[in-house]
Amino acid sequence: MKLQTGVEAGVEGAVLKADVRELDFYYGAFHALKRVSMPIHDHMVTSLIGPSGCGKSTLLRCFNRMHDLYPGNRYAGGGIVLYPDNTNLLSPDVDPIEVRMRISMVFQKPNPFPKSIFENVAYSLRVRGMRNRSELADRVEAALKGAALWNEVSNRLDELGANLSGGQQQRLCIARALASDPEIILFDEPTSALDPIATASIEELIIELKEKVTILIVTHNMQQAARISDFTAYMYLGEMVEFGVTDQIFIKPQKKATEDYITGRFG
Amino acid sequence: MTASTSAPPLSAAVGHGVSDRLSKKASRHVKERIIEALLFSAAAFSVFITLAIVYVLVKESWVFFETVPLSDFLFDTQWTPLFDDAHYGIMVLLSGTLTSSAVALLVAIPLGTIIALYLSEFAGFKVREIAKPFLELLGGVPTIVYGYFALTFLTPILQRIYPDLPGFNLLSAGLVMGIMIIPYVASLSEDAMRAVPMALREGSYAMGATRLQTALWVVTPAATSGIASAYILGISRAVGETMILAVAAGMQPNLTFNPTEPGATITSYIVQVALGDLPHGSIGYQTIFAAGLTLLLMTLAFNLLGYWLRKRYREVY
Repeated sequence: MKLQTGVEAGVEGAVLKADVRELDFYYGAFHALKRVSMPIHDHMVTSLIGPSGCGKSTLLRCFNRMHDLYPGNRYAGGGIVLYPDNTNLLSPDVDPIEVRMRISMVFQKPNPFPKSIFENVAYSLRVRGMRNRSELADRVEAALKGAALWNEVSNRLDELGANLSGGQQQRLCIARALASDPEIILFDEPTSALDPIATASIEELIIELKEKVTILIVTHNMQQAARISDFTAYMYLGEMVEFGVTDQIFIKPQKKATEDYITGRFG
Repeated sequence: MTASTSAPPLSAAVGHGVSDRLSKKASRHVKERIIEALLFSAAAFSVFITLAIVYVLVKESWVFFETVPLSDFLFDTQWTPLFDDAHYGIMVLLSGTLTSSAVALLVAIPLGTIIALYLSEFAGFKVREIAKPFLELLGGVPTIVYGYFALTFLTPILQRIYPDLPGFNLLSAGLVMGIMIIPYVASLSEDAMRAVPMALREGSYAMGATRLQTALWVVTPAATSGIASAYILGISRAVGETMILAVAAGMQPNLTFNPTEPGATITSYIVQVALGDLPHGSIGYQTIFAAGLTLLLMTLAFNLLGYWLRKRYREVY
């Protein structure tokens, strides 16, 4: 299937940030991604939708090489080209730690470290060897402001991150991901463990964040994809069924399968 | 009473007793009560034994302290209960216990923690499956074997490095005791580290952390309470260890904190007296109860410390 990128489709200001090219991925013997291709546009929100087990989280976790942590996982062909480097970030020569320093991640369930709020956010900076107290403090403050959490926690930065509410914890995790100025942030169903109010605040935040970073989000919630993303990709059984501008995917999808999923006839 | 006009009372509406489809609750009730009673008696039995031990120790120590004032017991610097000029300074035995335990813990805590970190965070599945049983085997070796290992193997080696080392010494016994305790520290610490949820590790890796950074900065703090319990168990084992010290440390009461000297610990003294031919009821014989009570109070203190640490640093995932 020939995919039309936002650039080709004439979307205003669309620049490629990354390009998934005919990617194959295996969990042991299980073929989880089958020649998947899709473009990721700079400073845009791209969402991945599809039924459970369709491979959307698997694809997301390729971007920061999370699969490298577990034995038996295999990138079996194709790759993800990162721009402007023009490098395949799945190449065995590329250091996954460097990839993760540039492509950060927010998880499904808030997972603050057993540390203070300050140290949670400073973590990615300390990992990079930053020791200067005042520089750390500045960066932490900026990240917490970026995650719309500063006003709520500025007077209790020494408290444990786990003492915050679920929505605040997730924003803390977003601040943690933001602190090191990543180029892309991956969101793996970031609101599935949150109540509707916390969900709304995270969605609002994601829309604001695209000023600073490129965002790739996996979501089970199609309304969420429609609300916050510029581009949407629909996956099914490890294959990329359709990719396009969000409005087009939701209003007049090209494929019958996509339409069935979106209208709730399937999935 | 307007409600009674619309709804008849329950007793009038439904029959008492049991229908065909709802059997009496009584039979299951009795069975559950019996099971509950059995479980309770099992739990009560262990409490009873503990209390009985405390009772014996306190009662027999009481006899001892009627003759020997507590101040002599605590502050005298000699321990010579069998001499004509008898002295009962527990400090002498305590110094042996503390010195040998310190040596043991200096071996067991760092090595045990490093082994736990390796097995939990670095070793592959196969390495762990092979290494862990061997490690646990180390804890299953009888302590008398460790004692002779210290006396006949380690001490001669140490004497080559340090020729003035006496044949019986606290150092060699302490080092071997440390090796004996490693499995306890390592195994429990590893369990605590492995219980740290994968989500926390993934969070750390996703920030660009290395394995070592993840292990030290995320996994270890998250497992603090479990690691602390492992250390406390290690300390209790060291303080209570008997055979290695009885065999390799000389059993000579000696007020010293120098591990290169021979010494007696509380436990090795108790073995010595209990196996000796002192008449029951003599004041010399009663000393072992006072020494035993001291030991019990020490381990109790460590257990309370461990309990407090567990509560203080309990991680809610």
